[in-house]
Amino acid sequence: MIKRKKKNKEHNPFYDPTLKKRHVSAKRFKKFTLTSLIFSVAFLAFFLFDMIGKGLPAFNISYVKVDVTFNEKTLEDTRFAVATEYRTLVSRAALRDLPKLLEENPTYMNSTQNIWILASSQVDQYIKNHNHNLKDKDIAKVDELYAQGLIEKRFNAIFFTNGDSKIPEYAGIFSAVIGSILTLIITMAVAFPIGVMTAIYLEEFAGDNKFTRFIEININNLAAIPSILFGLLGLAIFINLFGMPRSSPLVGGLTLALMTLPIIIVSSRAALRAVPDSIRQAGYGLGLNKIQVTRDHVLPLAFPGIMTGSIIGLAQAMGETAPLIIIGMIAFIPDAPSMVTQAATVMPAQLFTWAGMPEGMYIEKTAAGILVLLTILISLNAIAIYLRKKLEVKW
Amino acid sequence: MNKDIKTKIDVKNLNLFYGSNQALFDIDVNLYQNKITALIGPSGCGKSTFLRCINRMNDLIPIVKIDGKIIIDKKNIYDKDVDEVSVRKRVGMVFQQPNPFPKSIYDNVAYAPLKHGMLKKGKDCDELVETSLIKAGLWNEVKDKLTTPGTSLSGGQQQRLCIARTIAIKPEVILMDEPTSALDPISTEKIEALMLELKQDYTIITVTHNMQQAARVADYTAFFHLGKLIEYDVTETIFVNPTNKKTEDYITGRFG
Repeated sequence: MIKRKKKNKEHNPFYDPTLKKRHVSAKRFKKFTLTSLIFSVAFLAFFLFDMIGKGLPAFNISYVKVDVTFNEKTLEDTRFAVATEYRTLVSRAALRDLPKLLEENPTYMNSTQNIWILASSQVDQYIKNHNHNLKDKDIAKVDELYAQGLIEKRFNAIFFTNGDSKIPEYAGIFSAVIGSILTLIITMAVAFPIGVMTAIYLEEFAGDNKFTRFIEININNLAAIPSILFGLLGLAIFINLFGMPRSSPLVGGLTLALMTLPIIIVSSRAALRAVPDSIRQAGYGLGLNKIQVTRDHVLPLAFPGIMTGSIIGLAQAMGETAPLIIIGMIAFIPDAPSMVTQAATVMPAQLFTWAGMPEGMYIEKTAAGILVLLTILISLNAIAIYLRKKLEVKW
Repeated sequence: MNKDIKTKIDVKNLNLFYGSNQALFDIDVNLYQNKITALIGPSGCGKSTFLRCINRMNDLIPIVKIDGKIIIDKKNIYDKDVDEVSVRKRVGMVFQQPNPFPKSIYDNVAYAPLKHGMLKKGKDCDELVETSLIKAGLWNEVKDKLTTPGTSLSGGQQQRLCIARTIAIKPEVILMDEPTSALDPISTEKIEALMLELKQDYTIITVTHNMQQAARVADYTAFFHLGKLIEYDVTETIFVNPTNKKTEDYITGRFG
């Protein structure tokens, strides 16, 4: 058999002794590229798995059923509403809110009610088998209550409706989400029109001369500047020079707009350049002028590309923390801002704050916050793809 | 030449430069009304450049400099008080590659007349679209799908749509830059028949690489070589009895 194979080789006019080596190196090259792919997918999977594993518990929070006494004395100092032995098990913040509960249920006055009330973060962490520093006698009590079914985990609505809090079980992402939305509205309102208009000027009106080439190089360089420098620029110009309110979405949005501008300009120019010149020729050949050709024929074709670039810029702005720290958007914001001039924080800055906290509950809130941020980013991208598909002109 | 032949476009001493590069040399020619004039010549001889001078499309290229006069209806279109946009409205153009707008068939035809303020949306506009498409010989093929994109048509149909679009702005001159070079023979035949029909109403100037096409449709033929107008005469004379040796060489296929 082997002998025959050898014979075949001798008679094979296509036989090339170097081929085997070349095929081996081609296969090795393929393996390298495949290994890289596996590595990157593995990193991504590990990250997602870790975040989901750490973050999901934060979407549930423990409640404990205890006797709560409502009378004038307990309303004055709400700590006395719960028996001493249970006091450490119940959330201080929830006790502070008892008057609100009474307002909703006026019949509770001068009575003792056995009701579900938010547990303290230590109890919650103990129930979830995380690190805690409950004392032994408290652990015994919690075990007892848990065995009786008087402690249960419920959906953590607080996380989505509250702002930041120094009491871990009361901290939520709501004010950061609102801050992010306000900031990004400012960013897009400023960066999108200016960026697209600049791209149109450079692409459709400006000739190819030294001046435009100089501008082009500078715009490309701007896209590569470390974002923290934009924070310093925002601090110097918007806060110190123009006197705009510190920590506000207005300043944050303008700063991020500076950062997003080059991305939008570069991608819009590429999109405009990709529009076939024959469309412009057709328009001019019919005696249309620049604005008619650009607005009605060139822009609709370039629009999907412009959208893609803008969404990428928006997503980047959304995840940006460094420049916002410089202009003070890292502040402790318990209440959501209602105006762009009020102090606010954004999601990544909020995560940054939580990540530095020692309590175990903040760790899971950080992970949960990342999941919320990722969800918003993915939905933003989905919207972008949908818009692109819908608006795309068939060509 | 007959007395009833009227000069529509009078070109006088036209020189054109791309930067320091001269592309057209002293072009002097009369183009006649309601005739088809074919511009022929080897690639790079300046025939397309010359065509694009007639509706000032070359103004779009910043480095182009033009000397001389092109007189249409007793007015030099390169005079300072002439707006190039209004020139292009009266001198329409059809390109080599069919280039319909990425809009519906209806909008392709109606867009420019509406923007020129020739009429308003509604019955007048519908009528103009219909007559333009009828003149371009496309109406029967598209009348049931006016709202579909112009780009969904075949290449030949797209080119006729481009002609309809040009007719709709009621020009007096139609420039055609190799209108059939991207089309198959059957579509080409339709476009040629259309050109012969359109010359009743319009002055047509066409660039072509196809000798047979020039011989079939053109009343007059101009031969360009290296930026110069070598010979210009009645088509038959050019093809049967050219006076210049270069013309004869080109037509008989010895170069080009």
